Amino acid sequence: MSEGTEAAPVLLRADGVGKRFGGFVALQGIDITLRAGERLGLIGPNGSGKSTFVNCVSGDFAQHDGTVALAGQALNGLKPHRRARLGLARTFQLPQPFASMSVLENVRVPLLFSGGAAAATARAMGCLEQVEMAGKAGKLPRELTQVEQRRLELARAIAMDPRLLIADEAMAGLSHAEVDQILTLLRRLNAAGTAVIMIEHIMRAVTEFSERLVVFVAGRKIADGPPREVLALPEVEDAYLGRQ
Amino acid sequence: MSTTAVVPATLAPPPQGAAAPTRHLPFWLGAAALGVALFVALRLIGNEYGYYVGYFILQYVVLSSAWNILGGYAGYVNFGAAGFMATGAYTAIVLRKATGLDLLPGIVAAAAVAGLLGLATGYLTLRLRGVYFSIATLCLAVVLHTLVVNWDYVGGSRGAYIVRPREVPPFVSYGEYLFVVMLALAILTVGIARAVQHSRIGRGLQALRDNERAAEAVGVPTLRLKLVAATLCGALMGVAGAPLPYYSGYLNPEAAFGLAYAVNAIAMPLIGGVGTWAGPVIGAVVLGGLQQAATVTISSALNLWIVGWMLVIFVALAPRGILGWFQGRR
Repeated sequence: MSEGTEAAPVLLRADGVGKRFGGFVALQGIDITLRAGERLGLIGPNGSGKSTFVNCVSGDFAQHDGTVALAGQALNGLKPHRRARLGLARTFQLPQPFASMSVLENVRVPLLFSGGAAAATARAMGCLEQVEMAGKAGKLPRELTQVEQRRLELARAIAMDPRLLIADEAMAGLSHAEVDQILTLLRRLNAAGTAVIMIEHIMRAVTEFSERLVVFVAGRKIADGPPREVLALPEVEDAYLGRQ
Repeated sequence: MSTTAVVPATLAPPPQGAAAPTRHLPFWLGAAALGVALFVALRLIGNEYGYYVGYFILQYVVLSSAWNILGGYAGYVNFGAAGFMATGAYTAIVLRKATGLDLLPGIVAAAAVAGLLGLATGYLTLRLRGVYFSIATLCLAVVLHTLVVNWDYVGGSRGAYIVRPREVPPFVSYGEYLFVVMLALAILTVGIARAVQHSRIGRGLQALRDNERAAEAVGVPTLRLKLVAATLCGALMGVAGAPLPYYSGYLNPEAAFGLAYAVNAIAMPLIGGVGTWAGPVIGAVVLGGLQQAATVTISSALNLWIVGWMLVIFVALAPRGILGWFQGRR
């Protein structure tokens, strides 16, 4: 954690979050605290519960145990759109654009529903400029490349003026150069004050970006700390990276 | 895991580009001018059958435009259109029988009752998606049909009569009066559908039709918007049904809950082009006109046969309807 964010107020607090699917325990006793403006990396093998945790925070899933609070406000029971209006934005593992709308219209939607309907078009163009997509404003999502679709998701998130962005594998399937492009955008967003939780399998991206790393294995948190220290832990090597 | 709402390819509207400011005044002026022109033309023709045909087609303009608000804009396919239309028709009968009030108050009451029914149905069923929602709306129509068949106050399975006034000044006949009423309702319904499409609500409905989960994630209150659409859709379909007993002077459950209403309410937007206000209007005029032509020249028994063939043709050749086909050629 950098000096700047050490003193920052707590933005997200997850206490004892648990989630079951029938008899399968997907998450158990997850405690995570994130400060305003912090950059947190969340890693773990497939099926370790990362996306389930994100879905519990975003409101797509209702957790069975524990509480989640954003800036002191309890999120339990709130629908995803209410959480979004409190400043929680997310991207999806697979880009989920509004397929029948142009790129510009995609970015206008959150503005129309956040009390910012006035000048929504101009503001949406501003968001597209931030992700260097202004030239594609009139295109349809299906006409975009993979990295452009990721940029569109980020532009839509930026339009929400979020306090916290959860980037769920926002770089999956991208080339080395494209990963760098997305990292630059995320850093820019973070520099503007948005805390970021990055869920990623690309270790280079996670370690370059994150101030702190949390590791999930089989629905439990097994490590939480500075990336270098966490990655050097034997249990993390065992469970995730594999011993050499 | 994706929870994207499943929208059949034939219900996928043509893509829409960047927003342009919507101008409402030219639309209302144009619609009023068209209405006056239709009225004058039919008055000059002076044939009662002209009013009958006009009423028949305009009734479907109202019904299909109403259906399109939930089915086309939001992608929730409602198979219960006949149930809502019959609710409007029987509300008008009940009001007439209980209070003696005539057609116009009956239309207002029909809008209120069918709108509330739409809201209640939406609250209970809009958490369902795709085919599950459609089946639930079909069940609603069956339940309402059973209720009406067993409700003596409105005639049960025997049906109910409404005695139409002989004269309705300044109109030359009751047929002309009904035509003018349905014309006004059609203009109002299309205007509402157009305003919704271009409003924030319309954009939210389009977003949730494309991807409900993503819409929620960016702050769109999807359930609330769906309830607004279901209420509006129900109210306007009820409005389409309110004049029905006055139109024929007699109504029984078989006529009010006719399969033709349910099928046409879906087929007309599909053929015209879903997702835009103009699609159902085009579909109603084309399909309604064809059905009337078949009724006069061959037999009314061919009506659903025509709808079936038209659907097959459009699904195969122009799955985005007439509007989508023209937009695709540009």
